[in-house]
Amino acid sequence: MIAYTVRRLLMLIPVLLGMSIVTFSIIHLIPGNPAQVILGDQATATAVANLEEQLGLNEPFFVQYFHYMLDLLRGDLGTSLRTNSSISSEIWPHLAATMELTIFAMVFAIIVGVNAGIISAWKQNSWFDYFAMIIALIGVSMPIFWLGLMQQWIFAQELGWLPAFGRGNPRDPIESITNFNILDSIINGRTDQLWTSFKHLVLPGIALGTIPMAIIARMTRSSMLEVLRSDYIRTVEAKGSRPISVIYRHGFKNAVIPVLTVVGLQTGTLLGGAILTETIFSWPGIGRYVFEAIGNRDYPVIQSGILVIAFMFVIINLVVDLLYSYIDPRIKY
Amino acid sequence: MKKSLWLLLLALTLIVVMAACGGNNDPNDGEENVDAANNEDNMDENNGNNENDANDENDGNDDAAAAGDQTLIFARGGDSQSLDFASVTDGESSRITLQIYESLLKFNENSFEVEPSLAHDWDISDDDLTFTFYLEEGVTFHDGTDFNADAVKTNFDRWSDPDSEFAFADDGYAYTTYGNQFGGFKGDDNHIIDEINVIDDHEIEFVLNYPSGAFLQNIAMSYFAMTSPAALEEYGSDINENPVGTGPFKFVSWNKDDRIVLDKNEDYWQPDLPKLDQVIFQVIPDNSARLTALRSGEIDIMDGLNPDDYEMIQEEPGLQPFERETNNIGYLGFNTDKAPFDDPLVRQAMNHAVDKETLISLLYADLAVPAKNILPPAYLGYNDDIEPYEYDPERAQELLEEAGYADGFEFDLWAMPVARPYMPDAERAAEVLQANFADIGLESNIVTMEWATYLEEIETGVQDVFMLGWSGTNGDPDYFLGNLLSTATIPSSNQTFYSNTEVDDLLEQARSVVDEDERAALYEEALAIIHEDAPMINLVHSTPVLAGSDRVQNYVPHLSTSEALTHVELSE
Repeated sequence: MIAYTVRRLLMLIPVLLGMSIVTFSIIHLIPGNPAQVILGDQATATAVANLEEQLGLNEPFFVQYFHYMLDLLRGDLGTSLRTNSSISSEIWPHLAATMELTIFAMVFAIIVGVNAGIISAWKQNSWFDYFAMIIALIGVSMPIFWLGLMQQWIFAQELGWLPAFGRGNPRDPIESITNFNILDSIINGRTDQLWTSFKHLVLPGIALGTIPMAIIARMTRSSMLEVLRSDYIRTVEAKGSRPISVIYRHGFKNAVIPVLTVVGLQTGTLLGGAILTETIFSWPGIGRYVFEAIGNRDYPVIQSGILVIAFMFVIINLVVDLLYSYIDPRIKY
Repeated sequence: MKKSLWLLLLALTLIVVMAACGGNNDPNDGEENVDAANNEDNMDENNGNNENDANDENDGNDDAAAAGDQTLIFARGGDSQSLDFASVTDGESSRITLQIYESLLKFNENSFEVEPSLAHDWDISDDDLTFTFYLEEGVTFHDGTDFNADAVKTNFDRWSDPDSEFAFADDGYAYTTYGNQFGGFKGDDNHIIDEINVIDDHEIEFVLNYPSGAFLQNIAMSYFAMTSPAALEEYGSDINENPVGTGPFKFVSWNKDDRIVLDKNEDYWQPDLPKLDQVIFQVIPDNSARLTALRSGEIDIMDGLNPDDYEMIQEEPGLQPFERETNNIGYLGFNTDKAPFDDPLVRQAMNHAVDKETLISLLYADLAVPAKNILPPAYLGYNDDIEPYEYDPERAQELLEEAGYADGFEFDLWAMPVARPYMPDAERAAEVLQANFADIGLESNIVTMEWATYLEEIETGVQDVFMLGWSGTNGDPDYFLGNLLSTATIPSSNQTFYSNTEVDDLLEQARSVVDEDERAALYEEALAIIHEDAPMINLVHSTPVLAGSDRVQNYVPHLSTSEALTHVELSE
């Protein structure tokens, strides 16, 4: 298993290298000039030319790539063309914000989705089953944008229960240590801030978790239906086990592998693709960070941002694969 | 058992990596423990805030401000690019730096008239070549160092001289606005400033190479404010994240894409100002979400109100709208190099085809006026004698016939992909215009593309007819005319490729005239010629609107897109 993990981690190198070449080529092939965008719609020609020169945009494509890779090997993610700040220092707070939101969204999606799926399978064709599956169908096809705005309107504006934007109360900022607000408020011993952080997570977390929740519910249901029909479940039932033990201990444990796959893929997707949620709820996450960089043609930021997202995606999939063999001892690497 | 151990190890490694990353990456770590908005802290004079914060009893979940709290949250659509005002041009940056920094002069809160700021007085020599500024005494930067004539010289040297030790050219700093407004840089032929002489601590003299009508306007721009030389020394090229000025508010922290926190400058040189204790600039990208946050009381002022919401806000209890006086032009430009748009008759015909009133009521909720000049109405040189091209499809068709296009033609109509103050919804506007052109027998295909691509493509001249606009920054007519319609700026900002030597000459003359009436006459003449040539359809001058809670007092939006919040306070 250690050999397997090492092998998988080594495979990261060609994967990330390939990724970097592809992103680098694509962002340089699309039209648009960073110097022009930085200076905006009111730029003069000399200004654009000077800035291009200064930013090294006049150099040949492969020279730029070479410089970038050289810096990367030194552990330097580069400098943003737009803000002139080091990307390594900019990217972590954004990544942490997205990870926190993703974790919350996935916890919500898993708890609700898995249980809804299990109950639906257990009580197949009951009113609960129909209801849950209709909700799941709506959930999958729900436009996040609309859902988010509706949530804000109801829970922030009309009821005033939950905040409409951001990660915490701007009037009472959390002292950043890890940039995970929940963790930071615990470390700082501020239960009030912990509660505030949690409240800020609820709306965006649910908006972001809705689609994965629906997918997980459907996957759990179909996987459970298969397992519940198998012989060993009948044996367990015949032995007189309590239904709850039949369902969760014997049934779900065998049905969990496909669910886990979905969870892994969804988590990876959320880490990079939460742009809509991050925009509506003003969540300063990595999706928005990279998205805005694309609009600004901020090449180093796009490059490094995508690299980090790809890295996270690969790692999450690795963790999922390792979990397989933990859950099902028959799977060996 | 072995497996779970292995998993645990993996999890632990991940956590350690995360913690390590987090530990050293936030440059503002140490500074973030600042005075949170809080009733008890209010009366507090500066020191000891950090301690208070630690014992803060405020439960923090109630985002609505408590009475008496002088913390203002200003919500906007995007983050600042940099807090070094001179090296960037975006409005979201100057919105912040105007609070932290001050220039020698400033604009009147309702107009572009210059007023004293760090310089309380100034003299102009008879030949209009020497400007002497008398500086306020007893002004200190936020780092405690003195503001004096040497500091002024250091700042101007930084922008004008690429070899200055604070130019940071190798770190990607470029002072393009300086180059644009002062005719280039040190050593350039057209550079306006010849030399800067420090007379004594509080008197400084600018000697110009040639007279410049816009010199004082330029000095008052937020791009030419004073940074503490000691801070430039200390932070070097990190000055963009560590601003130190003389302004009413001091920089506290910046969480990218989230918020910028500023605290009251207790040692501000103007007595009893500023009124607020703290200002927080919060990024809320979505317009509707921002309005929701305002309605739920989480923020105090929001930028970028949709014109459609304006009327509703006026009647809503607890809220008030703000108008920013118009200072822009939204236009439809012709590519005058390309047939049939190289024919002035065609361009005039299309000018007659556009129904601006309908456009304004549909898209701007009447928060705009139809444009007949490229200059906004309040500007020096605005030519009110010009007869606008009336909406008259029949006249348009006659002109088309005269030009030999009785059967019409087909063309591409380029619409911007982004909302701008001068054009809140370009694609809808394009549809209105498309219908207008169809009425006179012209078939147009709406073309749109991503913003960065759009800006690059229209410089190459592939476009037929395109939508764009321009906003003023210093109230000077040359900023509009010189950039949009002079031969020298083809194709960077003059994308109509309009070139008329007569206009060029008039603009060149006007640039070096200091007398206002004389300058105005020159611009009026140029505008009359431009009107006949019709290189663009001047669509509208729009009025950007904002909204705020009714607790906000003395907030006056400035027409230049941003303003200092020195006099603003919260009631109750």
